[in-house]
Amino acid sequence: MSEQSERTGAPEASSAEGEPVGEGSGERGAPEVSSGEGGPVGEGSGERGAPESPTGGGENPGAAGRKGLLRPRLNRGQLIVAVLCAVLGFAVAAQVRSNDKDTKFATARQDELVGILGDLSQRSDRLRSDIRDLDATKSGLEHDAQGQAALEDARRRATTYGILAGTLPATGPGIELTINDPQGRVRAASLLDTLEELRDAGAEVVQVGDVRVGVSTYFTDPSGGGGVMADGHLLTPPYRFLAIGDPHTLATAMNIPGGVLRTLHNSGADGVVAQREKITVQAVRSP
Amino acid sequence: MIALIGLAAGVVLGFVFHPGVPLWLQPYLPIAIVAALDAMFGGLRARLDGVFDDKVFVVSFLSNTIIAALIVFFGDQLGVGSQLSTGVVVVLGIRIFSNVAAIRRKLFQA
Repeated sequence: MSEQSERTGAPEASSAEGEPVGEGSGERGAPEVSSGEGGPVGEGSGERGAPESPTGGGENPGAAGRKGLLRPRLNRGQLIVAVLCAVLGFAVAAQVRSNDKDTKFATARQDELVGILGDLSQRSDRLRSDIRDLDATKSGLEHDAQGQAALEDARRRATTYGILAGTLPATGPGIELTINDPQGRVRAASLLDTLEELRDAGAEVVQVGDVRVGVSTYFTDPSGGGGVMADGHLLTPPYRFLAIGDPHTLATAMNIPGGVLRTLHNSGADGVVAQREKITVQAVRSP
Repeated sequence: MIALIGLAAGVVLGFVFHPGVPLWLQPYLPIAIVAALDAMFGGLRARLDGVFDDKVFVVSFLSNTIIAALIVFFGDQLGVGSQLSTGVVVVLGIRIFSNVAAIRRKLFQA
């Protein structure tokens, strides 16, 4: 405590007297550091601080340096330093202004520009094809007075939605997945996992046993065991999934390590995937 | 003090004349500025330590900026310009922080 007050007290006292002792020899007369040699010079521009020499006499070199910092002293070296600082300030200002002006493209590198250009042209291609489609629809609608094209369009859309909702039968390429369960180990959760995996892999239409799968399909375990209830219908082994979608993608999704088939195999059941050119899903859901 | 006046004068001049940055200098100026900032803080620290020397400051200022710009230039030639400039900025940033920490310790004893 007392030591600290002594340390801070000493420079203040000297500044109250007037000139601090160490710096007192005048403001511009004596160059403190001759630019040639001599003078305590640290390595680099003072990147390593010089060892702070502890002086006992109350002359804190740091404090003296602090006071000298704000005192204008003119000599050639100081002028050069000032000029360099001015250059730095000028460069900062110029850079800041040029950054304000053109934010992005002027400073971007070549590969960034190529990437941006690629994105843009891709996007414009997509938008252009959208324009083409919409133009075709528009001209079709304009050219038929009886609304034939509109009817056609609406019918096509109704078919699509019907297939997606499960109210219409559908055919297409896909897979047939048969799960044999000789020991009765397959639970509702396993079938649900299988269904989710099929949906993830892009199955558009799915049928389990005789049940067409829709958005509200559910699986439950019946109280007596011996099968799985799907939408209230009892399914018994072997469980048979018909899924329409890209056959290769679906089959790969079923067979991935740690995936559905592996899990089923571990629980004692086993599933077989067959890729088919044509899968016919006949079961429908009542609307 | 004169250095501070010079810095302020430079900033004022830059904003008054609003010069455009020439195209060939554009990738290198930001890095050079960061390097110059590092030299400036180093000089301030040396001043507070009482070991400031004009010549050392001038040389380190120039060499810092030129080397920083050169590294970025070579990086651009080699195709790793953006990574190298990131590296340079990180290194200089660390040095600026350590210099400022030393200055702070000198000024506030904390």
